[in-house]
Amino acid sequence: MNWGSWQNFFAMGGYGLYVWGSYAVTLIVLIAEIVALTTRRRGVIAQLAKYYAARRRNDETKT
Amino acid sequence: MSKKGRFSWYYFSSPQSFYPLAGTLQPWFAALAAVLCAVGLYISFFVAPTDAQQGESYRIIFIHVPAAWMSMFLYLVMGFWSGVGLVLNTRLSSMVATALAPTGALFTFIALWTGALWGKPTWGTWWVWDARLTSELILLFLYIGFMALQAAIDDQRRADKAGAVLALVGVINIPIIYFSVKWWSTLHQGASVSMTSAPTMAKTMLLGMLIMALGFWMYSIAATLARVRCVILERERHTDWVAAEIGGQT
Repeated sequence: MNWGSWQNFFAMGGYGLYVWGSYAVTLIVLIAEIVALTTRRRGVIAQLAKYYAARRRNDETKT
Repeated sequence: MSKKGRFSWYYFSSPQSFYPLAGTLQPWFAALAAVLCAVGLYISFFVAPTDAQQGESYRIIFIHVPAAWMSMFLYLVMGFWSGVGLVLNTRLSSMVATALAPTGALFTFIALWTGALWGKPTWGTWWVWDARLTSELILLFLYIGFMALQAAIDDQRRADKAGAVLALVGVINIPIIYFSVKWWSTLHQGASVSMTSAPTMAKTMLLGMLIMALGFWMYSIAATLARVRCVILERERHTDWVAAEIGGQT
């Protein structure tokens, strides 16, 4: 498929809004999921590190 | 992998041994997804010809159909692992089911969203309550219901069981979605790809769609593996190996 110019490419034969609206939202959703997964992993690790630190302190005061 | 050195599937059914395996495999699936989607997008926009009937608006097909396939396929996989968890009481199966739901829900949303943006120029409406669209919307509610139900129950085993029953009952919706265009007269067009008849699309169109579907599939595996690793850490936090993994001492 030869579009000739970027303008034609973005226009998508008059359906630009629909085509790019579909691709943009798909991209946003997938990137959002990747960001959410990275944040979740960091959050879980930070929370568990705190939890184990508290448990260690608790064990030390007991003995 | 077992004590005798033979490979055993049972070895990887424990969260402790699956966690590092998932961590090793995850980047490979992510890389495969990136490459396949890049190739798929190139074919979708620069190789596939303009559609004779729909002009350029048809190019939505390259994400719409793969997303719709994944939305149904991931639900079947989620139902399968829910069922295994319910029957065999294996914790990892339930964790995998839990990890699949958000990705499945996102692909369902993408299928509905791109469908609306395709419907407007093609049918003149964003939405109709026909069988295909309605059953796909129900699929989104099933995913959301599964996640909400699991989140609402504190006892993890009960949450897994309740979720599994919901997931299994919901599986009935998958053939309804798939065959809806045959069973009822719908505005939605028939199946894009048929196992029994020759493809009606241009070969490059079909190729772009299949490569995008493979890309979405690999993405789903990568996302699920990443999520199941979080779920494993959260649920197994009372075990020594997670404590050692995080770096704390027990």
